[in-house]
Amino acid sequence: MQTEPAITSELVAAHGLKPDEYERIVGLIGRAPTFTELGIFSAMWNEHCSYKSSRIHLRKLPTSAPWVIQGPGENAGVIDIGDGQVCIFKMESHNHPSFIEPYQGAATGVGGILRDVFTMGARPIACLNLLRFGSPTHSKTRHLVAGVVAGIGGYGNSFGVPTVGGSTGFHRAYDGNILVNAMAVGLARRDEIFYAKASGIGNPIVYLGSKTGRDGIHGATMASASFEADAEEKRPTVQVGDPFSEKLLLEACLELMKSGAVIAIQDMGAAGLTSSAVEMGAKGNLGIELDLDRIPCREIGMTAYEMMLSESQERMLMVLTPAKEKEAEAIFRKWGLDFAVIGKTTDTLRFVVRRHGEIMADLPIKELGDEAPLYDRPHLTTPKRPKIDPVATPAPVSNDEALLRLLGSPDICSKRWVWEQYDHLILGNTIIAPGGDAAVVRIEDGPKGLALTTDVNARYCAADPVEGGKQAVAEAWRNITAVGGRPLAVTDNLNFGNPERPESMGQFVGCLEGVGEACRALDFPIVSGNVSLYNETQGAGILPTPAIGGVGVVDDVKTACGAGFRMAGEAILLIGETEGWLGQSAWLALICGREEGAPPPVNLAVERRNGDFVRSLVVDRRASAVHDLSEGGLGVALAEMAIASGLGAEIAALPEGPAHAVLFGEDQARYLVTCAADSADAILKQAADAGVPARRLGMTGGDSLRLPGEQPILVSILRTAYETALPSYMAGGTPDGFANQ
Amino acid sequence: MRAAVILFPGSNREGDAARALRQATGRQPDIVWHADHDLPAGIDLVVLPGGFSYGDYLRCGAIAGRAPIMDAVRRHANRGGLVLGICNGFQILCESGVLPGVLMRNANMHFVCRMQHLRVERRATPFTSSYKPHQIIKVAIAHGEGNYEADDPTIEALEKDGRIAFRYCDSEGVAGGASNPNGSRNDIAGIYSERFNVLGLMPHPENLIDPLVGGTDGRGLFESIAGFATA
Repeated sequence: MQTEPAITSELVAAHGLKPDEYERIVGLIGRAPTFTELGIFSAMWNEHCSYKSSRIHLRKLPTSAPWVIQGPGENAGVIDIGDGQVCIFKMESHNHPSFIEPYQGAATGVGGILRDVFTMGARPIACLNLLRFGSPTHSKTRHLVAGVVAGIGGYGNSFGVPTVGGSTGFHRAYDGNILVNAMAVGLARRDEIFYAKASGIGNPIVYLGSKTGRDGIHGATMASASFEADAEEKRPTVQVGDPFSEKLLLEACLELMKSGAVIAIQDMGAAGLTSSAVEMGAKGNLGIELDLDRIPCREIGMTAYEMMLSESQERMLMVLTPAKEKEAEAIFRKWGLDFAVIGKTTDTLRFVVRRHGEIMADLPIKELGDEAPLYDRPHLTTPKRPKIDPVATPAPVSNDEALLRLLGSPDICSKRWVWEQYDHLILGNTIIAPGGDAAVVRIEDGPKGLALTTDVNARYCAADPVEGGKQAVAEAWRNITAVGGRPLAVTDNLNFGNPERPESMGQFVGCLEGVGEACRALDFPIVSGNVSLYNETQGAGILPTPAIGGVGVVDDVKTACGAGFRMAGEAILLIGETEGWLGQSAWLALICGREEGAPPPVNLAVERRNGDFVRSLVVDRRASAVHDLSEGGLGVALAEMAIASGLGAEIAALPEGPAHAVLFGEDQARYLVTCAADSADAILKQAADAGVPARRLGMTGGDSLRLPGEQPILVSILRTAYETALPSYMAGGTPDGFANQ
Repeated sequence: MRAAVILFPGSNREGDAARALRQATGRQPDIVWHADHDLPAGIDLVVLPGGFSYGDYLRCGAIAGRAPIMDAVRRHANRGGLVLGICNGFQILCESGVLPGVLMRNANMHFVCRMQHLRVERRATPFTSSYKPHQIIKVAIAHGEGNYEADDPTIEALEKDGRIAFRYCDSEGVAGGASNPNGSRNDIAGIYSERFNVLGLMPHPENLIDPLVGGTDGRGLFESIAGFATA
């Protein structure tokens, strides 16, 4: 029997607990904690699990709507999508592990989020992600891109869920701290949702899935500290994923849920057994007793401390109906998975852990979660930036050259190299594949489908957190709208720097204000999410990156609209007002090398009015193609619609203003729509009646994009610029747009 | 027509295969567990579906190729019964010795999922009679190890006997070069057994059965099977 080390101030610090937090523990339990107890507290009270810096701000977000069945606080959010069906979804970060070990870090990120979704009884039907890497010129970037993409594919492809969408971007602010945010979306029956809340006294607590090893101990603590130069030494805290076991776990869990044996279920994610057991007990107002000798272990001689903090993957904890224990065990044995009764529920409200017959921890279960520290950290408001005057910002290169460079730039170029490594076609329901505005996945045999997207423009958020936060939500809402979806709810993944720095905390508070305002205005509540703070390396924080995962419903997938021109001779309409907003635009950053000015303001009332109009065109099948305008503005959007189809366009007239600002400005709430030429006038009239700015730009057709006053550019040349940049970069080349980031 | 889809631990396109069969035959296929020793009586077609059986942690298909049910699949094939191995199923057929050759890592070392054109190389088989001679079809591929390889005499025999089922090609039907997604020898996407009753292929015709989801070029394969079995 090993004796546990004595508690010293060094040991407390090594657990990421501040001296006053330790005093709080002593005050709470009336004595010094044991080593195992200290580990349990460090797991429960780190930033990742306790949200101690973010909680007071998260409370301000809108989380309810008539269609929201479960908001934040469970494994994932649940919304009603009609016909007795619910959509269960969540996004979560795996940033730090992916920087240290990109393949496994990203793979286990996908595994973790899939578990969150099927824990609630849903069969996963789609995955998405949002990835941010450092500058393409940074020596590690290629390695990280290759590893993360292979890891996401390696897990999702094997598990058997299509990865249908995402967003991949680059910025030097992520050089030492990349972002890997994974989102999973599942489908369940409304009356078959499972929760973490335990009930009944003396019910068996059952451990299911893979065995416990020493991997990932203190993973959640790592996710709650900033990175230093020793990041590589933290490799052993990165878990190793096993998608095969997860697939078996999925099938076994869903089969077990059907049997009626499951009272409560919780996956073992961050902080492993500790967090899952405490959560089940605390939510059910019950105590939990665990006998660690019964835990299936992969390694010998594991201590209570190690078992409580292991983050071995593909594990679940359940409370079962005692009468169904044998039936449940048979299901798990059939799938070749471990099944062990490791404890029981009690009426003591204590969390008691035994190893070799000895009590290693005996803690008040409610207080472990409820009494976690709560901080209102000082925060500094980000100073406003001036508006960029387009007239005073002349174009240094011609507009056709700028267009080609933008199309080949890291953030805008085709991400085909990425998403062709993901199986995006499995299950046979991918109506709109990656590369469009939102992905559309049919539900079973239809006609309904889900529109799914992930979005954020971190440059906007850094320049003006409130407007940037609004824009991220508006962009997701717009992408869902563009394919004809009704936006319903959001999962957010809030990636920020060190909350102990007032500037970083100010970005967090500002972005949340903007996100909340937009979600309220657009009836787009947040139902699940994750906060990832301490994304900084050696004092340098990332750009504030509140990733928004949006979910909408397409009532009939036959009407879902793609972004590529459909046929020649159709009218091209621009919906929304174009002022030529260059501040924080891709054009200003890439072509002028300036990340300056105020980002485009978001008028949520206009956003809603324009979007509702466009959606009605799609649903009524009067629009043949729709594309929202985002990075790179009108010029890039026209080029993308041409590239997607191979058809060119003749643009007769552009909105008023300096051409470079009109073509590449990033004014919000805009869409390009194509329609039959003879229905254009009626649509424009209808837009005018609805107060929606709309104008006719030109006509589809030909093999080139012809902009007024510019040389025609062959669609094949646009496509080459767009499609070859990333493959060329990943093969070791330095394509033009990737050179000066 | 009665079909059975074998379910190995880690199979993940069994539902897709079942859906295509249901559409072509009007009948739900039996799902057969890998640990069983016998197929249900009266089965016309056995499908080994796509996926990552046993995680593909050993060579792809190597463990599944030795599963208890595979003896029954072999007996079914030897009796002249139809066997269709898709993707991981093709790998399992090669690993179990029902078909010759191996499937190696894709030449570029990446998993690849995309739409891919194939040329139907032989029409007069139970699997392809619904297609036109040398029809070019567009189906999905999704694999990391689809690079077909065999020794020279085997390749020569496959070619000479007309046992190449499908070849990767471009939209015009031209094989070779960039239209080959994985480095496969002679652009081979699928092959037949000597008696043409066993087909193994890497692409996923079962995902191309719906005009809303990429097209319907995969239907021909399932309709051919349905027509053959009821003929």
